[in-house]
Amino acid sequence: MNDADPRGLAGAVPEPPDPMEDALIAARLFLAAPSRFGGMVLRGSGPARDALVAALGERMAAEGRPWRRMPGHVDDERLLGGIDIAASLAAGRPVAQSGLVEEAAGGALVAPMAERIEDGVAGRLAQALDEGAGQTGAAPALVLLDDSTDPDESPPVSLIERLAFSCDLAASRMWQDLALPGEDTLDPGGITPLTDKALGALAATAEALGVYSVRPLLFASETARAHAALAGRSEATEADLSAAVRLVLAPRATRLPPVEQQEQDQPEPDQPPPEQPQDDSSDPPEGGEDERSEDERQKQQDELEEMLVEAAEAAIPKDLLEQLAKGNAPRRTGGASGTGQKKKAGTRGKPLGARPGMPRGGNRLALIDTLRAAVPWQQVRRRERALEGRTDEAPILMRKEDLRIRRYEEKAPRVTIFAVDASGSAAAARLAEAKGAVELMLAQAYVTRSEVALVAFRGDNAELLLPPTRSLTRAKRALSGLPGGGGTPLALGLNAARECAESVIGKGRTASLVILTDGRANIDANGQPGRKQAGEDAEAAARAIAARGIEALVVDISPRPAREGQALADAMRGRFLALPRADAKTLQSAINAAQPGGGRRAA
Amino acid sequence: MARFPFSAIVGQDEMKQALLIAAVDPSVGGVMVFGDRGTGKSTAARALAALLPPITAIENCPYGCSKEESERYPDVCGSGPLRKRAVPFVDLPLGATEDRVIGSLDLERALRSGEKGFEPGLLARAHRGFLYIDEINLLEDHLVDLLLDVAASGENVVEREGLSVRHPAKFVLIGSGNPEEGELRPQLLDRFGLSVEVRTPSEIETRIQIMRLVAERESDPQAFSDKWAGEDEKILRQIARGKARLPKLVPGENLLRDAAELCLAVGADGLRGELTLMRAARALAALKGAKEVKREHLVEIAPSALRHRLRRDVLDETGSGARITRAIDELFG
Repeated sequence: MNDADPRGLAGAVPEPPDPMEDALIAARLFLAAPSRFGGMVLRGSGPARDALVAALGERMAAEGRPWRRMPGHVDDERLLGGIDIAASLAAGRPVAQSGLVEEAAGGALVAPMAERIEDGVAGRLAQALDEGAGQTGAAPALVLLDDSTDPDESPPVSLIERLAFSCDLAASRMWQDLALPGEDTLDPGGITPLTDKALGALAATAEALGVYSVRPLLFASETARAHAALAGRSEATEADLSAAVRLVLAPRATRLPPVEQQEQDQPEPDQPPPEQPQDDSSDPPEGGEDERSEDERQKQQDELEEMLVEAAEAAIPKDLLEQLAKGNAPRRTGGASGTGQKKKAGTRGKPLGARPGMPRGGNRLALIDTLRAAVPWQQVRRRERALEGRTDEAPILMRKEDLRIRRYEEKAPRVTIFAVDASGSAAAARLAEAKGAVELMLAQAYVTRSEVALVAFRGDNAELLLPPTRSLTRAKRALSGLPGGGGTPLALGLNAARECAESVIGKGRTASLVILTDGRANIDANGQPGRKQAGEDAEAAARAIAARGIEALVVDISPRPAREGQALADAMRGRFLALPRADAKTLQSAINAAQPGGGRRAA
Repeated sequence: MARFPFSAIVGQDEMKQALLIAAVDPSVGGVMVFGDRGTGKSTAARALAALLPPITAIENCPYGCSKEESERYPDVCGSGPLRKRAVPFVDLPLGATEDRVIGSLDLERALRSGEKGFEPGLLARAHRGFLYIDEINLLEDHLVDLLLDVAASGENVVEREGLSVRHPAKFVLIGSGNPEEGELRPQLLDRFGLSVEVRTPSEIETRIQIMRLVAERESDPQAFSDKWAGEDEKILRQIARGKARLPKLVPGENLLRDAAELCLAVGADGLRGELTLMRAARALAALKGAKEVKREHLVEIAPSALRHRLRRDVLDETGSGARITRAIDELFG
């Protein structure tokens, strides 16, 4: 045992040569008990994923289980069922339509472009997963196809939480003749519950990976048992636990397992053994046996844990790994939090009058206008009906084209994007004030319902520190972690701010930029030093902002404002403020005063 | 599957206590739960609703009114026989439309017979039970306003689309949300009676215990419920005794002074804080079977009753909970 290389255990972990192999295991578990595992998230658009989805669909169809595709913009009626208005009007009696959730019960719903699912739809699906749907209480499983490329984009977290498996098939090369393993049925009673050692190792692994929610933990223990059952084992082994960690825990990692822990563990197997014989010979204390077996158990547990953590590390998706290595926990905000905003315009705000349309997806029926539209046609319609040989008792004959819905006008929510120059020249004295102003603006965001984003640039890069948010907690954390010093990559900062603004505008909101800088660029768009090139690049970046028509405000925060700031503001056709001695409060009120009123947008 | 037994929920004592207080005295106001996903928030709320004894209601009343209530709203309740039904637990989905929440014109009836009828919404279904809203901070503001207003008044008044309907809607509002993903406006937070912070259990032992319990339940739900039935029964008796004791407990002059001083010291805006603090302390005393409301009850419940009412100072890093504890130490030593 002394010779046992603790790393030798790692040999037991099969290095997954192709992500598809794990995906097939997940698929097999999923098919054996879809509702038990909630479903799976399949990332990485490509032929491999298409092949897997097709194979899953075929298998479901062969077993007579429903397999329905659900577009991200599905409306409530279609999702949950309700009255089919068009059919009801044509038939002259209420015609019910069943919802996708009900239709897919016992099978699965497939959601392509899952990162675009709206929060509302996600909420309903989450509820269906938790509680079941319809009369039967049966719930469909979900297969989310995540096509996001941006690390800030992901399917709604409320759904990812409730689905056991996540696989990234971008790197898979196995799409030819993909064969799903045979049909399985799961008997949960047949497997012995996991031992405390196994549960402890799973819990510790989750902890090491920064997976805090309890749901994944429960999925992991369930997966280990199911994996054992499918392999015909009556008790879960290391291989089963390792599969559970790879399939369930690793994709949710929010941090890399602490390294020092492994280094500490390493010498351990060598040290205790020499001591043990001494203990035994000199003085066998009472309970010594217990203590040692306790030690032994602890050691085994540690080894198991170490093995699982290694398995997890190998299975963390590559892009996630890169993110984590950079120290950025991926910020998984609700994928389509922005697309929801657009729709709100259909439900609230200042009324604008009615227009033809169907009262669904949150649009409200304008009853009076609908009646007004129907009344002139009553004679004609009654005659038509009589010709068709139908007599109706209905006092008013309505048709789909009579329906009117209300329109509202709403202010588009505003997002203020701060681009803060944290370089040595600007930052030393002024960074604290800039941070303070951002915090104050954010505190105000409660009232104005606006959001704040933060881009910082220094050294040779620019970074989106804080994607648009109203959360004070997150903003404070991002700000407190903002270091100062280094060169001024103004062009990079402006470009990052513009990209952020473009994505905000793309989601139907109004963006405005506030750039806090001294305007003295000395790092160019490629991150190379050189004042001349840097100045030209910054000007080009500023012109790009002007070309997009984004509102901008340049605040010169240097102690002695010079003409660079003004020139920059001119290039982006924005306003200019020189605030050499402003504190956080003054800065905030100056920015408020300089910002034009919120844009209006009709629904 | 039957709901998870309330007594089998591991840890989360502050949340469980707040829910029990709300069950003993619904007038304390709703409970706001701050915390991450997967911490057992909805499990606890659901479990409590399932634990409570069935209510007696008019058989076909869409609102589940009791006999006394049906006398106040004779036009909607009818006068059918009384039947028992389970305490309602309504899960309000994010993105629910106003129509679905407050109720709307019954489109079906309007189309079929040209009659103007009211189709009750989720508020009606939640009457005499619990309304749970996950991620309330992501809910549209106008809906949150409306919900809190109805929760406070106990009545849903609908005046739209030519409808004029009034129906009882008394429920315990339970909201949950993660402040990391956006915050609720302070004026809305203030409307909640209690707030609790839940964290995902950090001790490995607790997490193992949760996995063990859930696995046990999955393999034999019935046996699991049976096993915990006794414990659940105890909690039920505790609530019933607390309810019976509540009217007998009258907070003394000293206690009212304590409450006022504490609110002043932490800078909780408005009178609502004081009132809630007093009511919550009383409900806690009732729950614990105490003979009178003491300072210890007040101190114990103060963080839950006041945490969300402190004025937010963006430049102060101290958490609200810490500020309250500090004030308690200074005042009552």
